[in-house]
Amino acid sequence: MSLTGSDLRNLVLAALALGICALLPLSGSGYWLGLGVTIAMFTALATSWALFSGPTHYISLATAAFFGVGTYVTGLGIDSLPYWGLIGIAGAIGAVLAALVGLATLRLSGVYFVIFTLGLAELVRQVITWVQNNSGQKGLYVLTDLDEAGIYWWLLGLVTAVFVTGWLIGRSRLGFALRIIGDDETVAAHSGINTARAKVLLFMVPGAVAAMTGAILAPRYVYIEPSLAFAPILSFQVVIMALLGGASRLWGPLVGVIPFTFLLEAVSANFPNQSTLVIGVAFLIIVYFLPNGFVGLLDRALTRTGHRREA
Amino acid sequence: MDILITGILLGGTYALIAIGLNLQYGVARIMNLANGEILVAGGYLAFIAYVSLQLSPLLTIFLVAPLAFALNWLIYRVMLQPLVNRAKTRGQLETDSILATFGMSFIGVGLMLGFFGGDYFSYSFMAVPLQLLGSTYGANRVIAFCMAVLICGALYLWLNRSRAGLSIRAIATAPASARLVGIDVKRLSALAFALGGAVTAVGGALISTYLTLDASTGVVFTLKALIIVIMGGVGDVRGTIVAALLLGIVETAVASLLDPGLTLAAAYILFLGILLFRPQGLFGKTTT
Amino acid sequence: MNRRPFLKLVSALTLAGTLTATAASADTIRIGAVAPKTGGLAGGATVTQWPSIYLWVDQVNAAGGLTVDGEQMMIELIEYDDQTNPGETIKAVQRLATQDEAHFIIAPYGTGLNLAAAPLFDRYGYPQIAVSAITDQQPELSDKFPNMFFTLGTTTALAADLVGVLTDMREAGDLGNRVAMVNVADAFGIELATAAKPLFLEAGFELVYETSYPLGTQDLSPVIKGAAAAEPDAFVAWSYPPDTFGLTEQAMIEDIDVQAFYTAVATPFPSYGGRFGAAADGVLGAGGVNPDSPAFQEYAKAHMELTGAAPDYWASATTYASLEILAQSIEAVGLDREAVSDHLRETTFETVLGPIAFDENNSNPAFWTVGQWQDGVFVGVASRGRDGTAPVILKDGWK
Repeated sequence: MSLTGSDLRNLVLAALALGICALLPLSGSGYWLGLGVTIAMFTALATSWALFSGPTHYISLATAAFFGVGTYVTGLGIDSLPYWGLIGIAGAIGAVLAALVGLATLRLSGVYFVIFTLGLAELVRQVITWVQNNSGQKGLYVLTDLDEAGIYWWLLGLVTAVFVTGWLIGRSRLGFALRIIGDDETVAAHSGINTARAKVLLFMVPGAVAAMTGAILAPRYVYIEPSLAFAPILSFQVVIMALLGGASRLWGPLVGVIPFTFLLEAVSANFPNQSTLVIGVAFLIIVYFLPNGFVGLLDRALTRTGHRREA
Repeated sequence: MDILITGILLGGTYALIAIGLNLQYGVARIMNLANGEILVAGGYLAFIAYVSLQLSPLLTIFLVAPLAFALNWLIYRVMLQPLVNRAKTRGQLETDSILATFGMSFIGVGLMLGFFGGDYFSYSFMAVPLQLLGSTYGANRVIAFCMAVLICGALYLWLNRSRAGLSIRAIATAPASARLVGIDVKRLSALAFALGGAVTAVGGALISTYLTLDASTGVVFTLKALIIVIMGGVGDVRGTIVAALLLGIVETAVASLLDPGLTLAAAYILFLGILLFRPQGLFGKTTT
Repeated sequence: MNRRPFLKLVSALTLAGTLTATAASADTIRIGAVAPKTGGLAGGATVTQWPSIYLWVDQVNAAGGLTVDGEQMMIELIEYDDQTNPGETIKAVQRLATQDEAHFIIAPYGTGLNLAAAPLFDRYGYPQIAVSAITDQQPELSDKFPNMFFTLGTTTALAADLVGVLTDMREAGDLGNRVAMVNVADAFGIELATAAKPLFLEAGFELVYETSYPLGTQDLSPVIKGAAAAEPDAFVAWSYPPDTFGLTEQAMIEDIDVQAFYTAVATPFPSYGGRFGAAADGVLGAGGVNPDSPAFQEYAKAHMELTGAAPDYWASATTYASLEILAQSIEAVGLDREAVSDHLRETTFETVLGPIAFDENNSNPAFWTVGQWQDGVFVGVASRGRDGTAPVILKDGWK
């Protein structure tokens, strides 16, 4: 594996950007830090989602399931285990769960997979609730000394890990195999690629990342209950942000997450009584006028300038 | 026996929730995530008519149906037709319609919130016991079930006997070939979508006689409807009905015999199981 | 029943808006409010939380504002919809604290959302007078978040007082020993059922049927049929809004023969009495008020006039009382939040519910725990230190 000059340049730029992001808590503004947490959270979720869905074109709505499992890992274990350990455990559980789901379902195609993952989130939530009820467990309180900045740095670390993973996958044999699968699964199968294994491996990434995100964020929620931890809206938000950015590039979701977070912020600040309505309208505008996300927009702009240069 | 009847009655409710979506998804190829909002809107109309005009929901549905039909026709023509035209593949249309109707469901919630407020709306209609084979059931549920049978029966006959129905089934099976034999796919897709919306809204009006709804509850019904439609097989009325009844019976059986806490878990296990072993649904045919 | 609450609300708000706008120059107090307008808890918050907030702002401004250090200051309300999502609640509180620079923030709605916001209220030094946050963890929480106050009571008190009411009925020879208890499988229902079970057993009751059902169950008839088959003397459901309605309707249909019938949240909602009418008579529920108290009647009338809807018979008045407490504290010590928190700890406040003083755990020890529908009104039948407790009546059929 060798690095070209432009690779190096990109690496340095990314490291620099990361360094700047890491300084955010020092600005002392709780508001911007809060937004930073939201952005970091959705960047981790959406980027890992796109790592799987970009090449395979499978739309997964299981994010809420993994996220909820992660919050429960922290909620149940915070009194007996260290925080970082819980994040690791959550990641492992998320990956295993994703592998199981992947093995069972990734031969389903398209829309069946969408609905299956959605059903999965509900199933996990029902089972956890039932177990909690029958063990007579009271609400889970996660009272820690971790503050917003700590959570932010943990998330930032996770985002970094996601990007590094994505970058490595892109350069690996797996990434190559995935690109062929994405282009034409039949061709891929004929050229000796174990498509099922590749897809399952890849599906473990968003599973683990979502569970870890949940585990990291649990202290922020203080009180864990199923209806909040497994809220299905999260799965949809992740899909939308990733598609708005564009799932075909590693950095695509990032350019979706940031404007979308600010848009939601502006809407809920200015239209407290109509925020749902305005979000809906904004949504339609995006769907109708930005069909390929910001990446598509940028690509088109780039090709145009490229043509001009050639001319 | 009691479990069976209760389950079948619940199945009727589920059929009302899902049958409209089946038309929309099976024929018009729109996975309509705003389906639940249409249902809640139908319920709202029935509620308002009942509370302010003492109008029975059984009469209100004759007002709800044409209104919902017109509204859904418009939605399809104005909002969704461009997406259908734009989409190069089925997959792209699926993604686009998921996103677009998701946005519409937000708009739906926002509008209802604006017009009616976020309060629960519930009223008592025919909440009287009805004796059936030695057990008691809510008369409102029995009525809703009878209406479900009527609606599903009419749809089934229409789809199988009428010319338009046959064309619609042709579209559901093979949209590309349907066009070749001179079927006006666009017009009939819009018709199916509008009809699906009307059925959903009527279902909402009937369901509001025994379920408590509020502006934000639509999504609950959308999820349930999706599951039933997928379970039964896309584009097949019979499949949806069987799936709805099956789900109703299983949920009731689990609640009565095992533990009510596991009803929804059982429903999802059933759904996931069917998906694993018959991904095309109970009655679906494997498509290429 | 008023059919146009929305229009009334809009006109009232526009009025309040113009009033504040004219006065919004220099001397306004910015009050933040964040609670669900959409999502799972929206139905409850629209009945209980928002109308009381609007009413309070309207009344204060109509009276010329609050007197702060001898100056009249109008209230400017800044509101956010948290979509019943703790992440949104956190963001909104942050925005209120740092961008809008709100002087005070009204506590959010629901246990989970209140707790999610608590670290932020604490960090920015806002007093948080929580209403709809019922928990047994009040000592731990007030220890961790010293500016967090609780007004609506504890889980155990809610459960214990119901057990007490039923015990009294049994002692009087009105009620047998058999109890059917069900709960919604969500945090609130689980907590209450877990707290209630040992209390019932201790009091010598026999739990003949016990189960839970998931939030959002569409058909509750198996639950009621199962309970009825166990032939209980009392039916207790730790339920949430949609299932409170559903369970009651099924109980009517099954004509379940019990001397005591209890459903929890939403039983005190006016729409409950509206829907079930005479059949609601004798139904026990969580909460309660003293509907005969002139203060409550005046509040209910103003509530009806401004928002077009009646307040519920439990948390609505407590929400309003929490705002009265805030207003009195501001008028007493000014806009210094630390001073307001200290004042909250030390003072006894006169509210619509009667006097309220917080104990060493920042908890209001005087609250309603059990109420009952009697002749179209939901009256309190058990409380911790509140006046006007009505005698319990027997549930006499469903007609």
